[in-house]
Amino acid sequence: MEYIIILIGAVFVNNIVLSQFLGICPFLGVSNKVSTSVGMSGAVLFVMTIATMATYMLHEFILVPAGLEYLRTITFILVIAALVQMVEIILKKVSPPLYQALGVFLPLITTNCAVLGVAILALGMENASLLKAVFFAVANSIGFGLALILFASIREHLELADLPKGMKGVPINLLVAGLLSLAFLGFTGLV
Amino acid sequence: MAEALNQKDNFLKGIIKENPVFVMLLGMCPTLGVTSSAFNGLGMGVATLFVLLMSNIVVSLIKSQVPSKVRIPAFIIIIASFVTIVEMVLEAFIPFLYEQLGIFIPLIVVNCLILGRAEAFASKNNVMSSILDALGMGLGFVIALTALGAAREILGSGSIFDIKFVAENANTFILFILPPGAFIALAYLTVFFNKISTKEAK
Amino acid sequence: MAKKKDTFINMVVSLFVITIVAGLSLGFVNELTVGPIQKGKIERKINALKLVLPEFDNNPVEDVKMIKSDLAKDSVEMYVAKKGENNVGTAVIGSSEKGFSGLIKIMVGFKSDGSINNIQVLEQKETPGLGTKMKDDKFIEQFRGKNPSEFNLKPTKDLGEVDALTGATITTRAFGEATQMAYDIFMKEGSTTKTKKD
Repeated sequence: MEYIIILIGAVFVNNIVLSQFLGICPFLGVSNKVSTSVGMSGAVLFVMTIATMATYMLHEFILVPAGLEYLRTITFILVIAALVQMVEIILKKVSPPLYQALGVFLPLITTNCAVLGVAILALGMENASLLKAVFFAVANSIGFGLALILFASIREHLELADLPKGMKGVPINLLVAGLLSLAFLGFTGLV
Repeated sequence: MAEALNQKDNFLKGIIKENPVFVMLLGMCPTLGVTSSAFNGLGMGVATLFVLLMSNIVVSLIKSQVPSKVRIPAFIIIIASFVTIVEMVLEAFIPFLYEQLGIFIPLIVVNCLILGRAEAFASKNNVMSSILDALGMGLGFVIALTALGAAREILGSGSIFDIKFVAENANTFILFILPPGAFIALAYLTVFFNKISTKEAK
Repeated sequence: MAKKKDTFINMVVSLFVITIVAGLSLGFVNELTVGPIQKGKIERKINALKLVLPEFDNNPVEDVKMIKSDLAKDSVEMYVAKKGENNVGTAVIGSSEKGFSGLIKIMVGFKSDGSINNIQVLEQKETPGLGTKMKDDKFIEQFRGKNPSEFNLKPTKDLGEVDALTGATITTRAFGEATQMAYDIFMKEGSTTKTKKD
């Protein structure tokens, strides 16, 4: 039951992109086609889950016992950067088709604040445990994917729309994101 | 003379022509996430300005000592250190702001603006130009965040820098301090900004 | 200045030096700020206690009691305020996860007869302009001096006696629930500490 609440909470109620504002850069950047946004969501799901697992263990078993919590930010970002590199190298060797699909998105993920954000947020959960942290990461990356794919499918249609000159490009995208966020606001109070 | 002019351009470009938020779309997460009031926007802007300035200085000082293959990890360590310093100082001396900005303080580390300037500018230019570049870009960021924060606060809470100008029980556009309002307000501010900057360019 | 070559040794040395310098400077700043951070936290706690409790002259933060209760997931903090030898009041942290956006944490100060002295909101994520009005004096005023044994903490909609905030019944309900939780813990644990002479 607790896990269902985490899932619904992360995907709908506190959607990481539309109500927490994490991962806005890829949200605006790689959402012009549905196919690329699916690839990006897959890459984020992959990296976010592994990264949260790694940073959670690092925090619980090394930083806290050693009293070095103030090194959290610096160690987390290094772990994430190193992980992304490693995932890239391993994927290239082990599964070329998967690398073909996700490869171009991987370098972008290091500076995706959703990954670092979820890693930090996972530490602050109530009665946190490794399993819960990992589940939290999976739930949030599903939320990220949902927002990204929804947004991309709206943008594909938007290309055909006749817009005033000043609204073209960034402003209309932001406005659509705002409306999407407004729709998600309707989920508040669900859990 | 030409040198001085260049330096002036170098400083000014970040404020209008290459404004990090309205034109380059960098650092969007904190831009949208913390601007529910003008004060929060200003605080976030200044914290980012500080990290950007310090990391630009350090990067331009050590640029020739760092082999190019490891420069990105080196920059990340430098930026993360300054972010941690900001985090600790804010928690110790301005706890109110620390709580308001929350998770977005450690996330300054992944603000593409800072790594972007370190890589694109500071690693290729001398200290003086890097300082001016950081100040210009940082100020552009501060202005954008404060403007967005002020717009949302005026519409959403009927106040500016916590000074209320409507009656206590007056209805305001609460939407603008909620998440959707961030996107919508930024959309219109961008239109407005583009209008001004294209006029200036003519 | 010549650019350093990409030899292995150069790469290792430069990263090593940067990490050492970064680590040392962070340790140094941490030393400087750790004191003020701790002090600030305690000060804020004492300020909240001063607001919810009648005048006291002991240091309640030092005699905090952590109470394990089945009403809450984590243990609950309870502060006893004394003036001279007498108990003048008790502050209990109450919480509810049924707020509009999740957790609401409040500090409720009780006089020794069990009536509410004052309430402070510690943590909340409610809708700005609607649910956040629970911090306003106008809302909290209706709880002051009431004894939860005879004052129903539920909103009037649920046949209670609390006037709900406009457009934020869920917040009001959660606020009442958190207050009720604080009261239940106070009744269960507070009465035993009262009889204990120390």
